[in-house]
Amino acid sequence: MKITGKVWKYGDDVNTDVIFPGKYTYTIKERSEMAKVALEDLDPEFTQNAKAGDIIVGGKNWGCGSSREQAVSCLKERGIGAIIAKSFARIYYRNCFNEGLPIIISPDAVEAIEAGDEVTVDFDSGKVVTARGEFPFPPYPDFVKGLIEDGGLIPHVKKSLGLK
Amino acid sequence: MGKTFAEKALGRAAGHEVKAGEIVTVEPDFCMSHDNSAPIARTFRKIGVKNVWKPERIVFILDHAVPAPSDDHAVNHKETRQFVAEQGITHFYDVSSKGGVCHQVMCEEGFALPGLIMIGSDSHTCTYGAFGAFSTGIGRSEMAAAWATGQIWFKVPESLKVTVKGSFRPGVAAKDLILTLIGDIKADGADYMSVEFHGPAIEAMSIAERMTLCNMGIEMGAKNAVCPPDAKVLAAIRDKARTDRWEALWADDDAVYAKELTYDLDNLVPCVAKPHTVDNYAAIDAVKGTPIHQAFLGSCTNARIEDLRAAAAILKGKEVAVRTIVIPASWKIYRQCMAEGLIETFLDAGCVIANPGCGPCMGNHEGILAPGEACISTANRNFKGRMGNKESFIYLASPLTVAASALKGEIADPREVL
Repeated sequence: MKITGKVWKYGDDVNTDVIFPGKYTYTIKERSEMAKVALEDLDPEFTQNAKAGDIIVGGKNWGCGSSREQAVSCLKERGIGAIIAKSFARIYYRNCFNEGLPIIISPDAVEAIEAGDEVTVDFDSGKVVTARGEFPFPPYPDFVKGLIEDGGLIPHVKKSLGLK
Repeated sequence: MGKTFAEKALGRAAGHEVKAGEIVTVEPDFCMSHDNSAPIARTFRKIGVKNVWKPERIVFILDHAVPAPSDDHAVNHKETRQFVAEQGITHFYDVSSKGGVCHQVMCEEGFALPGLIMIGSDSHTCTYGAFGAFSTGIGRSEMAAAWATGQIWFKVPESLKVTVKGSFRPGVAAKDLILTLIGDIKADGADYMSVEFHGPAIEAMSIAERMTLCNMGIEMGAKNAVCPPDAKVLAAIRDKARTDRWEALWADDDAVYAKELTYDLDNLVPCVAKPHTVDNYAAIDAVKGTPIHQAFLGSCTNARIEDLRAAAAILKGKEVAVRTIVIPASWKIYRQCMAEGLIETFLDAGCVIANPGCGPCMGNHEGILAPGEACISTANRNFKGRMGNKESFIYLASPLTVAASALKGEIADPREVL
């Protein structure tokens, strides 16, 4: 699998409150509506203009704070192809696999990539490919590979329970 | 080689010895969810399993926006009640005088117990470590899957050992310790780790103080945070433990840690976390005099009877200079406040008292800030927009500092009003 897209770049410790504000947690139920407010309190330009296939690049500890899964759902539904960061907060990390949103940990790639770059994430070869260089990233732990292959936790559980 | 608390608790649940880095699949002892029970129930139905694995291990506590402030919230609560009836969920705390903030209720009602594996669809589930539980927050999909399968996977975390000695000087509180620690190691300083609090100062602390510490473990990225299950904990759970599956577990003296830190309480001063991150530490001297427009005494971090007594002692016989919202963490605490005359103290001082629940903490309903306003709060997060408005400012502090600041209408040093 390969994903190519335009980069939106942010800093360290981007928290789930600015990705999906708490005031919407019980008023917005549809995923399509979640997508419309993604990153509203961080970057209104993203909220207005992000396109399917775009890639987010963040610093350390992306997704810290609340466990709210909508902070992943809103980006997945928006069509974001992948998030590349120096590190991820742990609940967010799990939520991404559970939602089927690919994430890459690559401090070197984050340092090199600039906002607006076009980058390709090549999952088969395990590399982030950019005009500024290529950056290998470690393979996912075996345990989560199954989740990704099945498209997220819920399809994975259905499959493991023999349900359609 | 000895074992950490996390290695012991996850090993016990897995039924075999484990060490940091291993992946284990375990059965949770309790699963807590709050107002997000309804969306989790919708996801659960998508899986196609008819019944939850063990309805007596699931706890629902409505607290995020109670009583329902809008029709959306009301529908959400209604769906929760329907699911409770349909699935025979045993432990349901509806909008009633039996409830309060979910984490407080879990501790008061005897669910938080030593050695248990506890998961919650809320990041502050780590609070139950104050009772020696292995407790951690998860997302909605994962909770739905846990209800269906009775299983959850964990990577056995590495551990951070924080040894605390000395004693708090007047005007300094557990909140100042945890804000100092987070300020030192930053928001990712304990990413993926189990944080263990050790030492004589922890043993001397009340369970309320330990809850404040463990509650904010997530603010440094921790998977869980935990204090020793000592005699105080055993006394607190006597006669109210909801299961006999618990076991007092603690780290061995020769356990192996990824990192070790030591704090001396004698060296701590009152402090705040400045906008917009919890690790944005400032000693009180650096920020006192900063104008505020609202003060909030509440949340799962700092609204227990001990916290409210400390705040009331500062407010007694005086009047607040800014709007001040007081929310006891549970109705049990509310009643205790009444019995001790604290409610009268708060009312005499001009405070507004709201019903137990999360209140303004995450901008869901009451106590929203206007653009340009600043709030000093005993809660756990000061992220941009957290209290409902992205052009407002939140300072986190102890109940003492919040009460002192409420009196002055600006950030104030509690040592000057004690």
